[in-house]
Amino acid sequence: MPAALAALAVALLTLAPVAAVLLRAGGWGQLGAGDWQALRFTLMQAVLSGALSVALAVPVARALARRRFPGRGVLVALMGAPFILPVIVAVLGLIAVFGQNGLVNAVLRGFGLPGMTVYGVHGVVMAHVFFNLPLAVRLLLQGWLSIPAERFRLAASLGLSPWATFRVLEAPMLLRIAPGAFAVIFVICLSSFAVALTLGGGPRATTVELAIYQAVRFDFDLGRAALLSVIQLGLALAAGLVALRLGAGTGFGAGLDRVQQRWDGQGAAARICDGLWVALAAAFLLTPLLLVVLRGLPGLLLLGPSTWQAAGHSVSVALASTMLCIAWALPLSTRGGELVGLAGIALSPLVLGTGLFLIVRPYANPLTLALPVTALVNALVSLPFALRILRPEAEAIRADYARLSQALGLTPLAWLRLVLLPRLRRPLGFAAGLTAALSMGDLGVVALFADPDRATLPLQVYGLMGSYRMEAAAGAALLLLVLSFGAFWLFDRGGRVNADAG
Amino acid sequence: MLTLADLRYGEGDFSLSADLELAPGRRVAIIGPSGAGKSTLLDLIAGFRLPESGRLSWRGEDITRATPDRRPVAMLFQENNLFPHLTLTRNLGLALRPDGRRLGATEAAAVGEALERVGLAGLGGRRPGALSGGQQSRAALARVLLQKRPVIALDEPFAALGPALKVEMLELVRTVAAELGALVLLVSHDPQDAQRFAEEVVLVAEGVAHPPVETTALFNDPPEALRRYLGS
Repeated sequence: MPAALAALAVALLTLAPVAAVLLRAGGWGQLGAGDWQALRFTLMQAVLSGALSVALAVPVARALARRRFPGRGVLVALMGAPFILPVIVAVLGLIAVFGQNGLVNAVLRGFGLPGMTVYGVHGVVMAHVFFNLPLAVRLLLQGWLSIPAERFRLAASLGLSPWATFRVLEAPMLLRIAPGAFAVIFVICLSSFAVALTLGGGPRATTVELAIYQAVRFDFDLGRAALLSVIQLGLALAAGLVALRLGAGTGFGAGLDRVQQRWDGQGAAARICDGLWVALAAAFLLTPLLLVVLRGLPGLLLLGPSTWQAAGHSVSVALASTMLCIAWALPLSTRGGELVGLAGIALSPLVLGTGLFLIVRPYANPLTLALPVTALVNALVSLPFALRILRPEAEAIRADYARLSQALGLTPLAWLRLVLLPRLRRPLGFAAGLTAALSMGDLGVVALFADPDRATLPLQVYGLMGSYRMEAAAGAALLLLVLSFGAFWLFDRGGRVNADAG
Repeated sequence: MLTLADLRYGEGDFSLSADLELAPGRRVAIIGPSGAGKSTLLDLIAGFRLPESGRLSWRGEDITRATPDRRPVAMLFQENNLFPHLTLTRNLGLALRPDGRRLGATEAAAVGEALERVGLAGLGGRRPGALSGGQQSRAALARVLLQKRPVIALDEPFAALGPALKVEMLELVRTVAAELGALVLLVSHDPQDAQRFAEEVVLVAEGVAHPPVETTALFNDPPEALRRYLGS
């Protein structure tokens, strides 16, 4: 019964906005050249981002799979961090490294070379690689570690050359894993909004998602926004189905702290090469974060009341969407339920937002509903991840204890309170942590709805950047970083402490 | 009487039919080759599976469609008889309060007494993980004592225990059942269990659960199906 209710609520909340968008979208003639350009750019940057992320991940994952060095475990764990890193924080970090007054340009100027700009196509792609290279590395690392150790031993006893080892053992694995990894990243980048908003823009670097936002916010052309939403919906559904077929796992996988024992690639050149790749990847991923912290520290003193208010909004939104997401995820943590929840992956926040905007507008001013709508959309978008984490464990609990509970005639409440929740604590804490952090850092639907009085912290950071108050923006970004990671840590830890009862 | 009147159950290629009666207070072993449907028979009686046709009744009352907790049956499973994250007291308490609320003084006393009866006095605060396999089985039996149901169904619950421990447990089951005056249904793949423990045997083979036969009589003159199973 609760499962049916939850499924109904999720289905209604995802299908109603889609229906609203479909009904409102009319007249394909309304689409201008700029809109087609946005579609082309969306596809192009997603292909580039996916290809670059996977291509760069190959040598990094290979090095991590076969080398043992101090800090390896920390580095692999950090590769999971971008998932909960607010986009706007990463963008600020990338600007600090590659921007006008960034590290790279300072070095280039020192050598009398022309500077680079972080804005435009390459900025968007770079930010996507920043976020998705770690994901690709984790997926490929999983692939590498799945090659049985005996195979490498056999290769060593046959005296296979490194090239032959690659062809016989590693290339087939890559052919199996890499397409899926590419597809997942491609899909993620298709609905890129916050990166395009901050680093892209202009006719040459606008994604469909960004075009939806501009149609709503600047042109107030809801018909065109709806039309663009239909395009985005089609894109995401088609690509999502392909990605689902190729299936690449989630990269949450445990056991990545193992190191493979290898007999090939022990030469100095191979060692140096592996070391370089790991160092480069670590520098690329860590320098921006380090700069966010360093530049943010003095900025913390500049935080005004509006920033603190925004932080308050963000915390409430994150808590509300976490509770909502978990309340849905518990009854839906079954095979059928996961299919219902999957809708959240296909639907981009901006499409959902546009649909809700259209639904709400006849009855209320959408701007006053910015925060509840943001919490709702964040919960829907996080639901597939929460289900992916909770379902295996929830099903195991049901398989193990449903009969005993039936035999005892446990009431549904007693089952929930005494069996399901206590036994599900660890994955529940992890899922809640992810949801809270994702919601805390989300800069998507809130941009569509919010006015300055109802800004969340990510939107506030964006606003400060827009008015060139970079120090204050850096301080607010650091606060956001602390809040996001702090929320994740608190929930995740809550699931672990005293969870000793096997 | 526990009456299985023309009970039929099917699932793909598998089918099971039973038309038999079991008397209250008897100790009955259910034996037969693996995959023949011993556990299925127990599930039908305990309510975890529903028959396609036929009638199941206890003392004349129809329980064919009743949920497991509304049947006169207390069941011990092969595994997962206790919730590992709850103490023994809480585990046993659920038999008295399925809504999971705190036990009253009399209920708490009953739990303590049941633990004492199975030789686990004073261990109510432990979790199952802190007990040996034999102690866990004892705790599960203590709960059967608390449930006070007139039928006890055991689905090879002691399969993981060593031979000596198993004998000890069957002895405890005998004591518990005698105390409750309960009908015991013991599924086992070990004919020795049947000979040692049961007064009657239900042979499940080739899709049929045969009516109970006196244990000694059955093993003195085994029918064809049993002979094939015993390999003699």
